[in-house]
Amino acid sequence: MPSPTQQSGEGLSRRHALCAAGAGALAMLMPRVVLADEAAVAEALKKLYGGKAMAEGRIKLDVPPIAENGLVVPIGVEVDSPMTEADHVKAVHVFADGNPLPGVVTYRFTPDCGKASATTRMRLAQSQNIVCVAEMSNGALFTAKAPVKVTIGGCGG
Amino acid sequence: MLHRRHFFQAATAAAAIAAAAGLGPLKRVAAQQRLTQKDILAFPSLGTVTLLHVCDIHAQLMPLYFREPEVNLGPGEAKGKPPHLTDAAFRDYYRIGRGTAEAYALTSEDFAALAKNYGRMGGLDRIATVVKSARAERGDERVLFLDSGDTWQGSWTSLKTQGQDMIDTMALLKPDAMVGHWEFTYGAERVEQAAKALPFAFLAQNVRDAEWNETVFPARKMFERGGVKIAVIGQAFPYTPVANPRWMIERWEFGIRDEELQKHVDAARAEGAQLVVVLSHNGFDVDRKMAGRVRGIDVLLTGHTHDALPDVVKVGSTLLVASGSHGKFVSRLDIDVAGGKVKDYRYRLIPVFADAIAPDAEVAAAVKKARAPFERELGREIARTESTLYRRGNFNGTFDDLICQAMLAERDAEVALSPGFRWGGSLLAGDPITFEALTNATAITYPNCYRTTMSGAQLKDILEDVADNIFNPDPYYQGGGDMVRIGGIGFAIDIARPMGSRISDMTVLKTGKPVDPARGYAVSGWASVGENVEGPPIWEVVEKHLARIKTVRIEPNTAVKVKGA
Amino acid sequence: MSVQSKPRVRVPATAKKDELIEIKTLISHEMESGQRKDSAGKPIPRKIINKFTAAFDGKVFFEADWHPAISVNPYQSFFYKAQKSGSFAFKWKDDDGTEYAAESKLAVS
Repeated sequence: MPSPTQQSGEGLSRRHALCAAGAGALAMLMPRVVLADEAAVAEALKKLYGGKAMAEGRIKLDVPPIAENGLVVPIGVEVDSPMTEADHVKAVHVFADGNPLPGVVTYRFTPDCGKASATTRMRLAQSQNIVCVAEMSNGALFTAKAPVKVTIGGCGG
Repeated sequence: MLHRRHFFQAATAAAAIAAAAGLGPLKRVAAQQRLTQKDILAFPSLGTVTLLHVCDIHAQLMPLYFREPEVNLGPGEAKGKPPHLTDAAFRDYYRIGRGTAEAYALTSEDFAALAKNYGRMGGLDRIATVVKSARAERGDERVLFLDSGDTWQGSWTSLKTQGQDMIDTMALLKPDAMVGHWEFTYGAERVEQAAKALPFAFLAQNVRDAEWNETVFPARKMFERGGVKIAVIGQAFPYTPVANPRWMIERWEFGIRDEELQKHVDAARAEGAQLVVVLSHNGFDVDRKMAGRVRGIDVLLTGHTHDALPDVVKVGSTLLVASGSHGKFVSRLDIDVAGGKVKDYRYRLIPVFADAIAPDAEVAAAVKKARAPFERELGREIARTESTLYRRGNFNGTFDDLICQAMLAERDAEVALSPGFRWGGSLLAGDPITFEALTNATAITYPNCYRTTMSGAQLKDILEDVADNIFNPDPYYQGGGDMVRIGGIGFAIDIARPMGSRISDMTVLKTGKPVDPARGYAVSGWASVGENVEGPPIWEVVEKHLARIKTVRIEPNTAVKVKGA
Repeated sequence: MSVQSKPRVRVPATAKKDELIEIKTLISHEMESGQRKDSAGKPIPRKIINKFTAAFDGKVFFEADWHPAISVNPYQSFFYKAQKSGSFAFKWKDDDGTEYAAESKLAVS
């Protein structure tokens, strides 16, 4: 059985090719799997919220512009909110539009959190957009998007 | 700012006269008469704080030649702005006369001729003289000496001692803090152990343990100089695990983390810092963007991209300093701080002309001692060069041409790939190629020269990926370094196009035929970031080649056609 | 072969009233995505931790539904606004029904 650290889509194989690809690298090229796209994310959102309009803003999406390791990419989300009973963030959904499956994580917050902020780590199969939607206690929806590049990188100064 | 645009007036004036009279480059004797230590170090002090800065010394204990790039393109908004100016455009911008000492130090123009006039630059013993002289003049209590890293790697002696030669010798210059990049290629354990043993701070707000996301090294340190509380925040090279082998530092995560940097700036101010300095290895364009996003940085000491700028670059109220590489320069920035603000400043990029600046005796002895165990192998002459050998340039350098030729010949390959490293000294026509000169361009901890098969499509993917790493218009998506060098194949590149569509017209040089995306090509390369790469160290491959050809002559390289610049 | 999953948490033991405290959690787990094939070409079945919950004195205040994109040895950090002394209970639920748990006490002054 392969070790957990070898789980990957394209990220790992491209990474190992680098600027001066390693001899062992090509053996690691993985068969291309069917990847999600923007439509898959839109579909998932439609299931959750119908066609309801979403506004930009209030969400701080913290992802690295370039992933150091496609298998472990930090993703932080923080939504601006007073987090009171009357006005708080209920849920946050994170999607990756270029992974085999678009879903990454769904958070449910309560006023006891004090702050609608959470960080985890995710696998990205290739360069793609991270899409985030926040649902507020009054039903309003906010969205944010950030690209992450999964690269074989340069060669260093 | 009397001296900001000039290293020293005497030489500039002399050069202006020489140029006006049509005399061309100064003769070496004349140059020597102009280049005196006194002139080079003369600096009318200002305020109560002096920052001294070095970066990217790349383990060069000894003076060397280093040719600056003639091609250093800026993508997007950086186009045509410093540091993306070279040669005549650079001289025009900074009003530097052709053939002057400054032109020699800062551009590639007339390099071969001027190198003979002005000689080698750098040397840790000369840098020590510059640093000690500033301390003597200002008093230790007013001087803060900071190192932006890439200090422990880049020579045979540093590779063999895992950077200990540089650590011991630099310690004599008493830096107050440093940050890292190539240091990390000695592996996490070595860096942690060495950093702990340093008699000064190794700072990095952006290196986190991969489990709990907590800082591995101290993020910042507060100093007091000239009655001013100065916070220094460290920023390691954010893309170390992308540009270098991640497996050597698997327990750590890096990243730019500018929001967290903002928290450190704010916390330092809250602790009473009157001057906030970020000691960075981001690379200039990344730092320029960061300076526009993070509020409250007074001085940003840059590193990584090896840019030497004779003036500070201002972003809002932040002063950006770029101090070159390989020990060629020491930056001095005097600051008058009043009411927690920079009231006035005076800056000079001090050129370390090795023939003009006297070596510091203590450090010279330490350098000699550090090199002694390796002296014989370092001095071994392998071949001679009839061409200038240099590395810098976005697309090629003659030293890399030589390395690619060696791989094609010795590894029986159709294609050679060599990393776009920006470090490594230059050699003049007629110079011997010693083992030291060879390892100054190749000494890394992952040197294996592999041989493998890659399809034409894979080769294009590699070129596209690395090109985006250099020419993405958003600096946060850039990793520094130059384009991967490719032997055996030519191509066209349009740097202004988006990722995946910059490279075209890939051609096999030998046959003139287009590269076939579906065909497999025998490829040799080195510096792969993969683990367990097999093959001899690159210096053995190049040495074997040199020993066979004896004399190196590099013809002008026209294999890369550039558009969109 | 899966190893026994071990949860670990980093929570301050004390806090002032109304203080925002950051809670960090880790659990060792292979997080098999269900997207991979073994050397014989057979799909490797999905086995991930799909839900994490954090409760204080029995009241759930934070939940995370993890999808197969979550990395091996999942990490989760989040916040809690300290009100009174009590205890945290953290739970991780595996696809196979197994539950892992950790607890931690908080003294509020």
